Amino acid sequence: MFKDVTVGQYYPADSVIHRLDPRTKINFTFLYIISLFLITSYTGYLVAVLFLAGIILLSKVPVGYIIRGIKGLIFIIILTVLINLFVTPGTPKFQLWKLVITEEGIHLATFMALRLIFLIMGTSIMTLTTSPIALTDGIEYLLKRIPIVKAYAHELAMMMTIALRFIPTLMEETDKIMKAQKARGADFETGNLLKRAKNLIPLLVPLFIGAFRRADELAIAMEARCYRGGENRTRLKELVYHWRDTYAYMVTIAMIAMIILTRYVNIG
Amino acid sequence: MSIEFIHLEHIYSKGTPFEHSALENVNLNIESGKFIGLIGQTGSGKSTLIQHMNGLLKPTQGTVVIDGLDLSDKNTKIKEVRQRVGLVFQYPEHQLFEETVEKDIAFGPGNLGLKKDEINSRVKEAMDTVGIDYEEFKDKSPFELSGGQMRRVAIAGVIAMRPDVLILDEPTAGLDPRGREEILNQIKSMHSKHKMTVILVSHSMEDIAKYTDQIIVMYRGKIKLYDTPENIFKEAQLLEEIGLAVPQVTQLMRRLKKIDPLINESVFTVEAAKAEIISMVRRRKDV
Amino acid sequence: MTKVITVDEVSYSYKNDEEENTALDKVSLHINQGEFLAIIGHNGSGKSTLAKLINGIIMPTEGDIHVFGLNTKDENTIWDIRQQAGMVFQNPDNQIVATIVEEDVAFGPENLGIPSDEIRKRVDWALDIVEMSEYKNQKPHQLSGGQKQRIAIAGILAMKPKCIILDEPTAMLDPSGRRDVMKTIKRLNKEENMTIVHITHYMDEIVDADRVVVMEHGTVVMEGKPRQIFSQIEELKKLRLDVPQITELAYELNKEGIDLDRDILTVDEMVAKLCQ
Repeated sequence: MFKDVTVGQYYPADSVIHRLDPRTKINFTFLYIISLFLITSYTGYLVAVLFLAGIILLSKVPVGYIIRGIKGLIFIIILTVLINLFVTPGTPKFQLWKLVITEEGIHLATFMALRLIFLIMGTSIMTLTTSPIALTDGIEYLLKRIPIVKAYAHELAMMMTIALRFIPTLMEETDKIMKAQKARGADFETGNLLKRAKNLIPLLVPLFIGAFRRADELAIAMEARCYRGGENRTRLKELVYHWRDTYAYMVTIAMIAMIILTRYVNIG
Repeated sequence: MSIEFIHLEHIYSKGTPFEHSALENVNLNIESGKFIGLIGQTGSGKSTLIQHMNGLLKPTQGTVVIDGLDLSDKNTKIKEVRQRVGLVFQYPEHQLFEETVEKDIAFGPGNLGLKKDEINSRVKEAMDTVGIDYEEFKDKSPFELSGGQMRRVAIAGVIAMRPDVLILDEPTAGLDPRGREEILNQIKSMHSKHKMTVILVSHSMEDIAKYTDQIIVMYRGKIKLYDTPENIFKEAQLLEEIGLAVPQVTQLMRRLKKIDPLINESVFTVEAAKAEIISMVRRRKDV
Repeated sequence: MTKVITVDEVSYSYKNDEEENTALDKVSLHINQGEFLAIIGHNGSGKSTLAKLINGIIMPTEGDIHVFGLNTKDENTIWDIRQQAGMVFQNPDNQIVATIVEEDVAFGPENLGIPSDEIRKRVDWALDIVEMSEYKNQKPHQLSGGQKQRIAIAGILAMKPKCIILDEPTAMLDPSGRRDVMKTIKRLNKEENMTIVHITHYMDEIVDADRVVVMEHGTVVMEGKPRQIFSQIEELKKLRLDVPQITELAYELNKEGIDLDRDILTVDEMVAKLCQ
């Protein structure tokens, strides 16, 4: 059962977005998020939504997956809306007991909510169309270009890869240990929060010890294959830019330009 | 203390694209006090089957009745079932977690709500059964023991619950020949001494043949055979078809039968084979 | 015969809570080029310690080990040793590092700084030899134990070693996994002329070896061709090593006065010898 869990909600498909270099997608997401903060009017969001819709269509990912990402963070969205609704000063519109909802408040709340939603959608598109390995490769490449961090870029990437590799394995092991302890009468369901936390010890201790043992064996196996860190390491699949990446960058710049334009030209 | 499966079916991830049928129309009745072997290739459903025996898994269809208790009945207390049916998983040493050997073995009885001195006597008894000296090991950390010792502590942890049925999933996995022999002998003597029902899941036809009264053979979620070792090994053809080998000596006997029809081909121990071959050689001399 | 690995009066001891443990006691042996050497013994016999010493994971407390002329104690050449004498371990899971099979096979060559297109060729070649080419885009946790071990072997092959040491590679596998791995190992030795050091406690896995070394309590207690070893059944029983049923049967029949070779290893041989 755990064998089929997909991590990082990657949705495999054969689309032009999937085939883009991970660096392109990471950079796009970065710039996209920045441009979201440059939006000052609803027209800006209109531009953003058009670009986003285009990307979603091209990606062949069912819209349902993107909505799911929003559903997951609905709590934060509601919180933001509420705070902005009740805290913003200005011309009052409604009143609930002592809490005043102003016109400015409604406007700000909607704006913030939209910003959050677009942020989530944009990031979702990236993780849905980029496999975890490609993402790790892309991040490693980009980290290598940041001073100070670049000394650790390889190690960070290696940690991410190994973590991704072992997540399904560790999930299976958790299941096994839980069953073994349940067979000895352990109870993971009943009891208050404190009791349940205590009851997790027979699960967590073996899991951690097992994980350390694995790490030790893995390290020896890696050294046996001449692993000595990132110096002079080559890759099976080097990241290579294609024409489609150039187009993608051009589209990104066009999007940012249009969004900046909406700060000055307002269509309602 | 019987275990009964009626039209048992288990499907994993039902309704999803990963749907997978692990058990299909399993009907089984395990009598009290027997030493049963369970064999089948990886993926035949052995693990799924044994997890139904103590309620860790619920059937998607069918009924499980343990010692008269219907597991689908809401009134059945699962904890009671888990006390009566002890299950030792593969590589049980991976479940050890306590600071001392004594505390770890006491975990099971502790969960049963027993009194301190009762728990203490059970721990001593369990350690004795698996051959781990109480005084020497009780205060040691389980993690400073050798692999084989850790395994025995883990098994003691289940035995301390005094189950009526003990299920062991490949207790010899990863052990060397000496370790294998020791553990199997201990299990056999436990069975004789306490008259508990023992179900031994194994990949080794030779081990199962040597120690069990009856063998359940599984293939692709179904029970293909359930009989005494003698009768099982008569079905060498079927066993080969489902990817299981009969013991080496049985293979030999089948080949010799083609040359000398008087040979008993369902022999599976070296001792019995010796006797058969000696008779065969004498017959050939007389010819 | 070129000696590719020499173990010279090697001892290894370590301290465990005040107690001094000797894992190896003045062991000397050598491995010849192209040979299939099997090392058999119980847990605690020192066989795994020997494997770790050859690969340079630990250093001898006494004596020297030379791998292709390089001393394992030399820090500068230890990586060359590891490239030339690759090692496959017991736990199939704890050797696989990458999220996709072909990426894991590429791990070794990547560490050696091999150019990208050469890595591609080696990965495809290695997967082909272990017969796992169709799985190259799979995730490791979807594979069976035997398949994982074959991937581990491919990962070592991709580094183009001259010798492969396998430390109980089948101990955690089911019978079909064991079969597949042993088939692969035999093929590597017979068809690719790979020097193989196979460490195990299963007697049926040493039948096809060129030479067998039996270890107990940190020393070599028996050495010879498989048949020579198998014919010493009493010794093996004393060491509590399991003997194939057929070999034991031959021994028992001999005791009863039936004139039979002691070194019968397979059913076929037994049938042939009985019906002469």
